[in-house]
Amino acid sequence: MINVTIDNKQIQVPEGTTILKAARMAGIHIPTLCYFELAGMKFENKPGGCRVCVVEVVKDFNGRPRRNLAPACATDCVEGMEVLTHSARVINARRTVVELILSDHPTDCLTCAKSGNCELQSLAQYLGIRDIPFKGEQSHYRQDMSPSIVRDMDKCVMCRRCENMCNNVQTVGALSAINRGFSAVVAPAFEQDLVDSPCVMCGQCVQVCPVGALTEVDDTRNVMAAINNPKKTVIVNTAPATRVALGEEFGMPAGTIVTGQMTAALRRLGFDYVFDTDFAADLTIMEEGTELLGRIKRYMEGDKSVRLPILTSCCPGWVNFFEHNFPDMLDVPSTAKSPMQMFGAVAKNYWAEKMGIKREDLVVVSIMPCLAKKYESKRKEFYKDGNPDIDYVLTTRELARLIKQFNLNLKDMPSEDYDDPLGESTGAAVIFGATGGVIEAATRTAYEVFTGKPLPKIDFTELRGIEGIRDAWVDFDGTPIHIGIAHGLSNARKLLERVREGKEQFHAIEVMACPGGCVGGAGQPYHHGNSEIIKKRTEAIYREDAGKPIRKSHENPSIKKIYEEYFGEPCGHKSHELLHTHYFDKSEHVEISED
Amino acid sequence: MHVLVCGGTGCQASASAQIIENFQRILAEKGLQDEVQVVRTGCFGFCEKGPIVKIMPDNTFYTQVKPEDVEKIINEHIIKGRKVTDLLYLDPENKEHVSDSKHMGFYRKQLRIALRNCGFINPENIDECISRGGYEALGKCLTEMTPQQVIDEVTKSGLRGRGGAGFPTGVKWGLCAKNKCDEMYVICNADEGDPGAFMDRSIMEGDPHSIVEAMAICGYAIGASHGLVYIRAEYPLAIHRLQIAIAQAREYGLLGDDILGSGFNFDIELRYGAGAFVCGEETALIHSMEGKRGEPTLKPPFPAVSGYMAKPSNVNNVETFANVPIIITKGADWFASIGSEKSKGTKVFALAGQINNVGLIEVPMGTTLRDIIYEIGGGIKGGRQFKAVQTGGPSGGCLTEKHLDTAIDYESLAAAGSMMGSGGMVVMDETSCMPAIAKFYLEFTCEESCGKCSPCRIGNKRMLEILTKITRGEGTMDDLQELRNLAAVIKDTALCGLGQTSPNPVLSTLDNFWDEYVEHVVDKKCRAGVCKKLMSYEIDKEKCIGCGKCAKNCPGDAISKTDYIAPGHKLPSMVIDSTKCIKCGACIAGCKFGAISVK
Repeated sequence: MINVTIDNKQIQVPEGTTILKAARMAGIHIPTLCYFELAGMKFENKPGGCRVCVVEVVKDFNGRPRRNLAPACATDCVEGMEVLTHSARVINARRTVVELILSDHPTDCLTCAKSGNCELQSLAQYLGIRDIPFKGEQSHYRQDMSPSIVRDMDKCVMCRRCENMCNNVQTVGALSAINRGFSAVVAPAFEQDLVDSPCVMCGQCVQVCPVGALTEVDDTRNVMAAINNPKKTVIVNTAPATRVALGEEFGMPAGTIVTGQMTAALRRLGFDYVFDTDFAADLTIMEEGTELLGRIKRYMEGDKSVRLPILTSCCPGWVNFFEHNFPDMLDVPSTAKSPMQMFGAVAKNYWAEKMGIKREDLVVVSIMPCLAKKYESKRKEFYKDGNPDIDYVLTTRELARLIKQFNLNLKDMPSEDYDDPLGESTGAAVIFGATGGVIEAATRTAYEVFTGKPLPKIDFTELRGIEGIRDAWVDFDGTPIHIGIAHGLSNARKLLERVREGKEQFHAIEVMACPGGCVGGAGQPYHHGNSEIIKKRTEAIYREDAGKPIRKSHENPSIKKIYEEYFGEPCGHKSHELLHTHYFDKSEHVEISED
Repeated sequence: MHVLVCGGTGCQASASAQIIENFQRILAEKGLQDEVQVVRTGCFGFCEKGPIVKIMPDNTFYTQVKPEDVEKIINEHIIKGRKVTDLLYLDPENKEHVSDSKHMGFYRKQLRIALRNCGFINPENIDECISRGGYEALGKCLTEMTPQQVIDEVTKSGLRGRGGAGFPTGVKWGLCAKNKCDEMYVICNADEGDPGAFMDRSIMEGDPHSIVEAMAICGYAIGASHGLVYIRAEYPLAIHRLQIAIAQAREYGLLGDDILGSGFNFDIELRYGAGAFVCGEETALIHSMEGKRGEPTLKPPFPAVSGYMAKPSNVNNVETFANVPIIITKGADWFASIGSEKSKGTKVFALAGQINNVGLIEVPMGTTLRDIIYEIGGGIKGGRQFKAVQTGGPSGGCLTEKHLDTAIDYESLAAAGSMMGSGGMVVMDETSCMPAIAKFYLEFTCEESCGKCSPCRIGNKRMLEILTKITRGEGTMDDLQELRNLAAVIKDTALCGLGQTSPNPVLSTLDNFWDEYVEHVVDKKCRAGVCKKLMSYEIDKEKCIGCGKCAKNCPGDAISKTDYIAPGHKLPSMVIDSTKCIKCGACIAGCKFGAISVK
């Protein structure tokens, strides 16, 4: 332990503690901008670039004052150090630095998607800035919009969080700093558009951007236009992770379950039917579980051509990632579509036929914790005759905005049930929202189908947790099944490389692109680096599961019915047509035109 | 007999290659090729008077030699033994010809330690280097000294980093040596980037073996067997000569495995930089070598702990390394006897600007600015008035008349508001406008900032914008206030050395030339006549004879006839429409009657 004095407060901190962390321990607030920590996910961004957290070191390691101001986020405490965090010198410097940043930032807060959630805005308020003394040139860049993400780099403050997230946490490598001096900005290589880059649309860059430089594509107007069109039947489905996060936007504590209120609010918005993506998650388990058991059976019978492990394919960010980075393994993942795309296929075929609604008159909207889902819904293989299976995807944040526009408060909503038949789901489906959940749900069903015996215990706690890479052996009544789990794409890359090199063997691997799984998705309310929030949402997911009367997908009555009425059997002819997909090699190198 | 011809980049640009060719051809024609050896050397330093040809052993120093002069030198000097007087240096004071460089004002006060071999050897020939004591120090280290003794010797010598910051070299080596591991690196920072600076380039071009030798010594001292030279790709000649030197040293067993049978292994690899100034900062340099974006990261960790590829690395500048071998051979006490109290040895400067003797000089620490400018530099060009001297490149400051007796060392220059830097020295006379000079340096820093930290990325840009306003006559007193605050904050908050020093030209000119700023802002005048927007061209209607030549010369159609005919003249006088005038000066150049003036 070492002794430091911050703002005349003496404290003891462990060696290696930064001034910023020591100050926080002492209850002293030092404003920051580029600094970002997601403690549970081992993610720390401290390039020392913004210089907002600078402090005055009046006594340094040598007993003398430090010549210049020190960035608190990246300067370690040393024995006997004395620090002032709010001296006149510091306040003048900090204020000037923020004024400089503001002088190269559009002041369009009125219409900015980030207004109210913007860390630069809060900082300007905290410092009481009423005027920007520096008038001069402002940076202008071409706006770039992928199906998921809007890049407005005029607003970039070079905090490098997105770059760090993209390269180190996700190992996607789409974003990096380019150019120098005043023209320096974060962009894909050669200032390509995001869609042409290796971007997998996971949107974690959006989740950490402190300002409005990276935001989600806003589809709320399109959805409202569809609802306002009397010719259209507009239905909605809600992903598992949305129900444990939406409440945060209405001031409820993280981890509040708002399934019933969300359903009620969606009806007030004018959706004709409110369904649950969880129904399709149960369907996914039937298909993916059957596929897994099929492969294991063939493998055990000595079929050498069978590819194991099977990889889950529910996460569109992950699908993009392996299409870009593991093109030699395209036959390894499950061919089962994601629950959302299964929902779309079922809604626009089975349900539309049953209801007598023409495909083009049916609009299917999804509420997702995810930005990659916006892109997934636009993949051409999920279109039929120019009409997509899923018309629009709204994030949890966009839904919250719509609810507020309707002058509704989620807190005051009654609890309502989903509509039938695409609203009935099990506890196995809801855990799709957290890392380890998909594979646990699959295991619950696969065990019973494989062994023909009821599960001795339903909670596979060995598959749960927050470690980036986990593995567990599950005993299928004498047959040991090896299961791997990764969340965060750098972890997925590590695990997959181990498999590719033959260092480790698994029967099944679950991957979710976002840290924590869908609960930590890029479409969720901003967590601002508080990993406790993600933990609380995860706990809520498992609480919701535990409270469900049915907790195994194959026991869902509506699922049983749809196989009887329509699909016949899992992985049968009809389901191959509607519920399975294929993957593409997207590894091609960046091409630069000659001119 | 030896004919030494300067093969530095400057003299090469003035046809020194042709001079060498002529010597070889004509000597061969006369059958003297075995009697006289023609050597292409590195830079002599006296670039103002280049190309330089030196005849040995009688030490005759010919200046501004042209290829066609070669025949005369051979016929007169080499064959008949008579010096070619009109090619000798003419002393500007007593108007006498000087044949030995020792007696020239330019060389008299110089002491060449880092440049000891430049101009004396063929840098592409390792034997010539060895004959002047090259690799003796490496031999001594490997056979007589322990690594710790080498570090102690360098520490004792008082050698400090010549890249600008002045950190004690021996201490730096010691810090790195403490982090022993199986993979360590010696890195030579040859990313010389100050505008107008060519100290390191000249050393590498003139004496590349001194760098190779010093890096091996450093490797031995800290326990590293890999050497890397980070060199600008814009230095093709330096690269070429370093490559030759490395290859020759390998051939002689002075690089590679088991050097001189000592069991010590060391080899050197070149890495090319793309010319980003910020890559002279050691962490940025390391990132650039790793293939990453060349931008600095915070220290600690220092490279001595985690440098290239996260391995302990020692980074020294070219000139620092060049001093090392001679410290080992002549001893730390000898080196420490030269220079001032805290700054030992010598410093190489690239002397440039409005000065008579432009060139590369090396002086003992503690020499005054006055000696450099008036003795070595030969005073201000055209007999004009000295105004300021800028040291330390874009990171340094402008010093004035009152600082001329400042002794040059790290502390005194910093105390005067400038810095040693890597050794750029630009002398300015009354035709220089100080706000415009500050703006010039800031344009450079803005261009070269990596953009990582906000004060440097945006702050320097805003300072440049304010300075641009001032030089256009649009500045206010509030702007001056803002400029000063901004400069102080950037200095206080920027991430790396580039940003922390970039306000120096602004601060030092604000301090030393405040009146000139006020003139620009309040009186809208530029006394140096540099800021075009603050000038106006006027025709004296009494002097104008109405010939109309000025109107014909004017590219902007700004000059027309008036109704007024001055007494004694036949034609109406001309007048300039200031709203159309682009201040090009074409009218003045054409007026034979002195009727047009700049106000």
